[in-house]
Amino acid sequence: MSATLLLVQTLNGLQFGIILFLIAAGLTLVFGVMDFINLAHGVQYMVGAYFAAAFVAWTGSFAAGLALALPAALAFGLLLEVVVFRHLYDRDHLDQVLATFGIILFLNQGVKAVWGAAPLLVPIPPALSGSIELMSGLLYPVYRLAIIAAGLAVGGLLYVLVHHTRAGMLVRAGATNAAMVSALGVDIRRLFMVVFGFGAMLAGFAGAMVAPILSVEPGMGDNILILAFVVIVIGGIGSIRGAFLAALLIGLVDTLGRSFASNILRLVLDPSMASQTGRAIAPMLIYILMAAVLFFRPTGLFPVKR
Amino acid sequence: MTETRRSVALALGLGLVATTAFAQSADKVRIGLIQTLSGPAATLGQQARDGFNLAVKELGGKLGGRDAEVIVVDDELKPDIAVTKVKGLLDRDKVDFVVGPIFSNVLLAIHKPALDGGAILISANAGPSSYAGKECHPNFFVTSYQNDQVHEVLGKVAQNRGYKKVYLLAPNYQAGRDSMAGFKRHFKGEVVEESYVPLNNLDFQSELAKIAAAQPEALFTFMPGGMGVNLVRQYRQAGLVERVPFLSAFTVDESTLPAQQDAAVGLLGGMTWAPNMDNPVNKAFVAAFEKEFGYVPGSYAMQAYDTAKLIDSGLKATGGNTADKKALSAAIRKADFKSARGPFKFNANGYPIQDFYLVKVAKRPDGKFQTEIVEKVFENYGDVYSKDCKPAS
Repeated sequence: MSATLLLVQTLNGLQFGIILFLIAAGLTLVFGVMDFINLAHGVQYMVGAYFAAAFVAWTGSFAAGLALALPAALAFGLLLEVVVFRHLYDRDHLDQVLATFGIILFLNQGVKAVWGAAPLLVPIPPALSGSIELMSGLLYPVYRLAIIAAGLAVGGLLYVLVHHTRAGMLVRAGATNAAMVSALGVDIRRLFMVVFGFGAMLAGFAGAMVAPILSVEPGMGDNILILAFVVIVIGGIGSIRGAFLAALLIGLVDTLGRSFASNILRLVLDPSMASQTGRAIAPMLIYILMAAVLFFRPTGLFPVKR
Repeated sequence: MTETRRSVALALGLGLVATTAFAQSADKVRIGLIQTLSGPAATLGQQARDGFNLAVKELGGKLGGRDAEVIVVDDELKPDIAVTKVKGLLDRDKVDFVVGPIFSNVLLAIHKPALDGGAILISANAGPSSYAGKECHPNFFVTSYQNDQVHEVLGKVAQNRGYKKVYLLAPNYQAGRDSMAGFKRHFKGEVVEESYVPLNNLDFQSELAKIAAAQPEALFTFMPGGMGVNLVRQYRQAGLVERVPFLSAFTVDESTLPAQQDAAVGLLGGMTWAPNMDNPVNKAFVAAFEKEFGYVPGSYAMQAYDTAKLIDSGLKATGGNTADKKALSAAIRKADFKSARGPFKFNANGYPIQDFYLVKVAKRPDGKFQTEIVEKVFENYGDVYSKDCKPAS
């Protein structure tokens, strides 16, 4: 274990965290503002990746594909909102879970029917396909640095939108007290639709950005959805800042934990015991972290004040 | 009047039932094909289905001279659903053979129901050690390999090439643990690290950093499906392909190559066969398969194709008789057919004895990707569990 390896793994952890943030940002907005549990966020991420794959294949350029995939993801999210979600806002959380879970099943089969079961290939854009040598023998793809930059940009954009624009003010007000905002003459349904569409677009953007480095296949959103929920629970539901910091925290804990758990345990246990225990504990670390955070701060690290 | 009408209706009804029953008992041999046809692994089941159907088509829709009816069902990679479907095949469709599945966990679920139901069970892919030793059964055959053997190929190659330090990488489930055990059976050098990743892990950046830091002489990995697609692409992007030789099992094969493409070229795997194998049966098989289905067949397709030919040979020997299961099983055990992979015979436990090769990924002139034979690693190789199988009388 060397300092260079530690630095490289920290970078990996941060990059993983940024990807999680991109996905969790939309989820926390929707859950926080509309009090709506959207399990279908994972499949919106998947559909964004599929749209990107399809448009990149059609236009031959990643930038064009991404530019087309974003409005497509937005339109798709709005379609889901109008057809399904709109009727569920006033319902119990459990009803929302049931309906959105049904959407997961439906869309997983849907993308398989349209694009087939085999994983799709999205090539990395040539401009970003270089690598830099981080440590001897290991090249780090420039594209991953681009993802980090995109994530930071989205975080900054969201911060500005939510805290420094009128629309953001309405969103924050709606999160605090939707009935009052409606009584003040704001069309709360339209606000919800805008928030939902924006959340869907964020998920689609995350899927499109991630498509060149991970395989695009049916069910790709399911595992990441669980992590996204862990992020927003730890960060505080409805809080973008919370989602950002929680995502980075989880990315770091998971990556560093998996890399170094055995090494750290080797200080107190014998090597084979340490490696077995490390292997068992490492995947659990983020859930242990979530349990700890909830124990001390049940509303998350940066809860939205109601 | 009502009495007469009722009797007429009854007679008509009985007549209809009798006709359908008669149609059922028309002289067809029925094969139940249970494969994974949905979910991420669906391409594997599709290959098997296509390979089997191609063979039946080439034999004129007949097996052993009798008309063959192939009933395809989807196990959805769920053992409980597979059991229900197999019971349906046995009770409703009255199949004589059950062929499948792709995955070992499904096989473990359907083994007993299929055999208790009186069918002959032939696994065209899954080869767990569970039925290779004491639990062997006279009506159970495997036409692929015993899973460990493929991992052993890479271990032997690492040992032959004199690698002293190897890094192992596999997903954290039973098959992953078995892969590392299989590799270590012939590899006597130092295992620098046994690294397990969660099942369905898609991002390997941190593992790649560890591999680069450990500076092993080679990497052995078992990373099936979408995980393998990602690992290969990220491994290439990280610049590790040139520095750390990539020895793999079930990671680069014709089901994942369409997604891995150029990233996989030059990587090594182990198998009993490759599409470019130079024997007349294989050349005809690959050509016919690509003409019919438009994609390069993998081992899943080849094994299913061989299974159909095997059933045909067994039925020819019994004169088409499927009632005497003992005689049929003995006829199948003779494996009197020409396999696309060359020499093929059955061990005492119903698993194959065959040659194993090191294969390498290559790009064909027509732009498609396939594995190609590098060298033979094991000849007439049986699995290590067969000695515990006592042949039933």
